[in-house]
Amino acid sequence: MSGSRKVTVTTSVLLLFSLASSVFLLRRLDQVRTSATLEEVLYLNSPKWVRRLSLGYTGLLADIYWTRAVQYFGSKHVTRATDYKLLSPLLEITTTLDPKLIVAYQFGANFLAPKPPNGAGQPDQAIALVEYGIRNNPDNWKLYYELGFIYYYMESKDYAKAAEAFERGAKVPNAHPFLRVLAAQMAQHAGEIQTARMLWQTAYATTQDDLIRKNAVAHLRALKVDEDITELEKLVAAYRQQTGLPPSSFNVLIGAGRLLGVPVDPDGKPYRLVDGRIELRNPEDFPFVEKGLPPGYEPGLPKFH
Amino acid sequence: MVAIETINLEKTYAVGFWRKKPRVALRPLNLTVEEGEVFGFLGPNGAGKTTTLKLLMGLVIPTGGTARILGKNIDEAEIKAQIGFLPEQPYFYDYLTAKELLEYYAQLSGVEPKERTRKIEAMLERVGLKDAARVQLRKFSKGMLQRVGLAQAILHDPKVIFLDEPMSGLDPMGRREVRDLIEELKQQGKTVFFSTHILSDAEALCDRVAVIHQGELRGVGHVAELTSSVAGKVELIWNGSAVPDGFSALGAECHMSGETIRAVVPEVQQEAALEILRRERLRLNSLTPVRSSLEEYYVQKVSLAAKPAGAAR
Amino acid sequence: MSRVVRIAANTFREAVRDRVLYNLIAFALLLSGAAILVGQISVGIERLVVVNLGLTAVSLFGVVIAIFIGIGLVSKEMEKRTLYTVLSRPVRRWEFIVGKFLGLTGTLFVNTFFMAIGVFAALLYVSHKFQSSDAWILVALFFIVLQFLILCALALLFSSFSSPLLSAVFAFSLFVIGSFAEDLRGFARMSRGLAQGLATTAAYLVPNFSALNVIGQVAHEQPISAHLIAYNTAYALAYSAMAICGAVLIFERRNLK
Repeated sequence: MSGSRKVTVTTSVLLLFSLASSVFLLRRLDQVRTSATLEEVLYLNSPKWVRRLSLGYTGLLADIYWTRAVQYFGSKHVTRATDYKLLSPLLEITTTLDPKLIVAYQFGANFLAPKPPNGAGQPDQAIALVEYGIRNNPDNWKLYYELGFIYYYMESKDYAKAAEAFERGAKVPNAHPFLRVLAAQMAQHAGEIQTARMLWQTAYATTQDDLIRKNAVAHLRALKVDEDITELEKLVAAYRQQTGLPPSSFNVLIGAGRLLGVPVDPDGKPYRLVDGRIELRNPEDFPFVEKGLPPGYEPGLPKFH
Repeated sequence: MVAIETINLEKTYAVGFWRKKPRVALRPLNLTVEEGEVFGFLGPNGAGKTTTLKLLMGLVIPTGGTARILGKNIDEAEIKAQIGFLPEQPYFYDYLTAKELLEYYAQLSGVEPKERTRKIEAMLERVGLKDAARVQLRKFSKGMLQRVGLAQAILHDPKVIFLDEPMSGLDPMGRREVRDLIEELKQQGKTVFFSTHILSDAEALCDRVAVIHQGELRGVGHVAELTSSVAGKVELIWNGSAVPDGFSALGAECHMSGETIRAVVPEVQQEAALEILRRERLRLNSLTPVRSSLEEYYVQKVSLAAKPAGAAR
Repeated sequence: MSRVVRIAANTFREAVRDRVLYNLIAFALLLSGAAILVGQISVGIERLVVVNLGLTAVSLFGVVIAIFIGIGLVSKEMEKRTLYTVLSRPVRRWEFIVGKFLGLTGTLFVNTFFMAIGVFAALLYVSHKFQSSDAWILVALFFIVLQFLILCALALLFSSFSSPLLSAVFAFSLFVIGSFAEDLRGFARMSRGLAQGLATTAAYLVPNFSALNVIGQVAHEQPISAHLIAYNTAYALAYSAMAICGAVLIFERRNLK
């Protein structure tokens, strides 16, 4: 009796111990291998070969590569990486394996084109990816939207190409009606902020993907801040013109009847008025703003809300 | 000293995949075997003999009860150095030679390295496999395997030896040799516990026997004791043309072949039968007691048991 | 302890006499054929192809053998009841399991050793000399042996309660799933709620074969970090120990029919 019980107890303790250590070691391995895992992918970087090696299980493999792409971007993004060289091949392999995986094209449009650290800074690859998507899914208006979106957000805003893409999309059956509006706005480059807002709202509405949605929300918040500050700057300028001095605080403006209350940012935190400049109280909460940053502000790690 | 002792040892298997039903393999068994005894464990196939042996060897975990060998609980691995075991229809590692197999087993049993070679040689000689020592077991016949099995069971000089159907699958010569071996072990003061369904072997070798049927112990005792409780029979042979009246009333079984009549009557009716023959003036050729009284006992125990359980026979 | 060694030695002897090492002939044929072919057709990447092909073959041959003998040798002992004569001696059941495990890994080690010689010979044939980065191939081979260690332990675990065929299916499925273990953990991280809990548990229980596969890296002459070697070794040992403990716990309670 005692003999076999001793074996049972010892073995159980050993079992739990080895289970705990293997979980611990797995976590360690994941840390060591975050980059290494995906470096491997490059060794099989020909999508055609991956497709052949999948032995027909392309759907499953596409899902695996899609997960890898998201994991890759996510893990690098939190470290504010400047280099996302594997994102493009990963998405290329994913879409070769499963050309109908729309979310992969959306992901590419949102994160391949922008400059680091917000994306891979490869607009050409992004365009090629989405064009490939359109060839395989010509009836999906979302892809035309993504294409126009890339042209519009590129470093050298290509309004003509963007307008053309939205125009193509508008012709697809069941296309969202505002593709036509977007096409028109692109054609006349009108209403920068309104257009941008519409684009980001569409980006949010056309996908279920978490990262894409968070990214769109962050941009919409930034647009709101930029808009607010533009308005406030106008008020401050008008005051200075009238009195010859910049207002020392928002209260001065309120007293002068130019403001109804202390203006607040999208988080409900009041803006600051410093030496006649409008500043955000928590600039790190708004990764994409162009205005309201304190002088010499260095962006920290990006946060999505 | 008590060599083997079982206390309410029992085993119930759960059979079936989904809704498991219990199947009783051994009802609580209480059995004591003294040191130096040759003990026969009798029963038909599927009676629970092998289950009992497996329980004693620790191959099967008991559902209840315990067993002790030489005063030590069978859970203690050390006691197994004192045990030898021959499974039913033994089968060994094909790819080993008889010598290698015995070497492996000797190592596992903790035989001193110095003695190992000598003991193995002697054992191969003893079971008559000296010439086949370097042949791989895959080339062995069934009888040779049984010899290897006996050799591995007694190789490490155990005090208690368990043999599961040691005579099965052997030719008459082989059976004789096994009998001699068991006798020899008894001479050396070993305890031998063997299961069999061959009654003559048990009768010839055993000090005591136990009869088990349907997982239940039906009787234990000295062979002489057991047989005395069963009335014997006698066989009468005479020449005649017909069975005289009155024989059937004696409960006789009669057979006629030509002019010879053979009748088997219960021992108590012997005088009455002779009286009838004298009266009919028939000449008796022979009168012999029918010797299979252990068989009688066995049949009685086994068929008794079968009836209440509603079995076929 | 000596009994464990005896059982291990006997297991090794059985495997060798069971002609398990004959697979080496098939391996040698495959590799020499490939080496000759590669030397003639692919200029510039001979080394890459030989390393990739050689190590993949070592891994696949080994995996099949690990599962095959891991399950075969144990279930045979039960089926043919040779186990009876072993366990009726002063051998504890855990000693049997551990002895089997050591014997099996020993066999696989020897097998891998010969295959490794084959890989290096093929490498020498196509590139005419060794270079310092070839040392990483040894690391890849070491990782492959670690994979076999885990597979053997799993094969023993499954044979402790299941039929040989089912055990083989289980072990092979775990090998395939385990090769995507890191992706599985990726999936787990992306799911939500209860599903995430379940997926995470599963992802951590599945053996992690993906971190043990560095064939691609080695073929491209990339170094492997000392951290990875250390963690992988410790992980393989911990995981095998876990499976062996499970096998012992089940086997201790098993009735031998």
